[in-house]
Amino acid sequence: MRMGYTPLGQGLVRLFEPVMHVSPGKSVSRLLRAAGVTGRNAVIAIPLLWLLLFFLIPFVIVLKISFAEYATAIPPYTDLIQWGDDALMSIKLNFGNYLYLVEDDLYVAAYLNSARIALVSTVMCLLIGYPMAYAIARSSPANRNILLMLVILPFWTSFLLRVYAWMGILKNNGVINNLLMGLGIIDEPIVMMQTDFAVYLGIIYSYLPFMILPLYANLEKLDVNLLEAAADLGCKPFKAFLLITLPLSLPGIIAGSMLVFIPAVGEFVIPSLLGGPDTLMIGRVLWDEFFNNRDWPVASAVAIAMLVFLVIPIMLFQHYQNRQAQT
Amino acid sequence: MKSILGRIRFLPVCLALGLAFLYIPILSLIIYSFNESKLVTVWSGFSTKWYGELFRNQQIIDAALLSLRIAVMSACAAVVLGTIAGFVLARMRRFRGRTLLAGMSMAPLVMPEIITGLSLLLFFIALEKMTGWPNGRGITTVTIAHITFSMAYVAVIVQSRLADMDPSLEEAAMDLGARPLKVFFAITLPIVAPALISGWLLAFTLSIDDLVIASFVSGPGASTLPMVIFSKVRLGVSPDINALATIIIGIVALGVLLAALAFKRQERLQGRDARLANLPED
Repeated sequence: MRMGYTPLGQGLVRLFEPVMHVSPGKSVSRLLRAAGVTGRNAVIAIPLLWLLLFFLIPFVIVLKISFAEYATAIPPYTDLIQWGDDALMSIKLNFGNYLYLVEDDLYVAAYLNSARIALVSTVMCLLIGYPMAYAIARSSPANRNILLMLVILPFWTSFLLRVYAWMGILKNNGVINNLLMGLGIIDEPIVMMQTDFAVYLGIIYSYLPFMILPLYANLEKLDVNLLEAAADLGCKPFKAFLLITLPLSLPGIIAGSMLVFIPAVGEFVIPSLLGGPDTLMIGRVLWDEFFNNRDWPVASAVAIAMLVFLVIPIMLFQHYQNRQAQT
Repeated sequence: MKSILGRIRFLPVCLALGLAFLYIPILSLIIYSFNESKLVTVWSGFSTKWYGELFRNQQIIDAALLSLRIAVMSACAAVVLGTIAGFVLARMRRFRGRTLLAGMSMAPLVMPEIITGLSLLLFFIALEKMTGWPNGRGITTVTIAHITFSMAYVAVIVQSRLADMDPSLEEAAMDLGARPLKVFFAITLPIVAPALISGWLLAFTLSIDDLVIASFVSGPGASTLPMVIFSKVRLGVSPDINALATIIIGIVALGVLLAALAFKRQERLQGRDARLANLPED
């Protein structure tokens, strides 16, 4: 096979040719450039490789384990790739975990419940947040920054501690019940902790700033002349709001709603601190499956199913983000 | 006339009620941290004993120091990586993998933490099985996880700041013969500096606040502050956590105040520079 090595040999000579003639520093940079390594590519490669390694590959691994079987081993799952006696590689996909999710009422109920709680909380955040964002956008520039800071400030303090604050307010001998009983309005404490109500309240409270900020960013850019023109032409303020302000603020509404809805579906801290034992949310189910039952394949399948469920809202969010970035 | 008045009143009332909703729980945390009684919500007199209790709790102090270390390290790394990602996305229009990079640097913003946490833990375990690294989980793995999700926030901030910025300054420097690296450090970086500061602060906050991802990727002996708080408050309210919350709120409020003052000063200096730049040379 003379033909085999000749081109290879020539290639090797070419590779070393520059080294023999040019100074080492230049030859290295030329070699690197020949291999496609330029300063520009290196700059692109740094974040790309980091995210590939620590963001994308982990998802591939979750996907892989979701097709494995539970095994009493360390780590507790079987390998997908198995070597047979005849040294043949076989890939064994196990759809059992996904079937299990569909068949077991617990998971279906948890998904539906998460979706419902997230949806209702998103709508409530929108109803509370929209007038707030609008009020801030319409206030004087000096006040605007102060008001905006007041909305952001709670976000800078610990999320966990803000959820914890509601425990002290809602519990049976908490602030609200003490106040109402002290005023003689009620005789027995209203049970609010460990109910769905507390979970709704916690989610709305924690995610409200995420609704207000994109709405504000959108409403601030709204051209007031449009509203004045409508008023001059005899349009009532409320009708002008419905016909002009609301449609124009749709990108803000969608961005804010997605920033609330998506994390709320996977929420774990709020249902486990404020919710009762029967408040089923998928994030909590995943946590228990992983930490208490140590069933990694089922936990992975739960995560993949949650992602599939969230793909449409995530795409919608990215679509609007990109469109906003372009304009 | 009447309807206009009604509209003017409606919005500020909504705003005031909304802000009250945001701040009442925080105020109640602060008030009850000075409560004498162990029953957090039954007022029995002013006392600072829970602060003393807090400072004697070695577990909480160790966890706080650990969280601070992780937050500082991950915020610094996230600013570096996020700035590069944001710069690449804003200034380099066409390259292979652009869509992939744009998608990956946006996705952590909306990804449920619990999925990120699970996937990173499974990744670290698989990696350890294959290469022997990371040997056990702890500070390193938590820091890597925090860098990964907070660099996305930095990238978005830097990208939008660069999109607002006039590229002609960079182009002019380039035309005058400055090399790309020099242009980046001499022109681009100083202009996006405020974005870098807010990105750093955001990354720091996200890291020090994270419970879910840290719970997945941390190991024995490396409990962060939120992990310790969570295991404590799970069993019910406890007054020393109120004291801790008050301290954190105080630090944040002080930080925001200082940042606002620094921002004002910066604006004044920039105004002075602009005036000096406009002075005729003699």
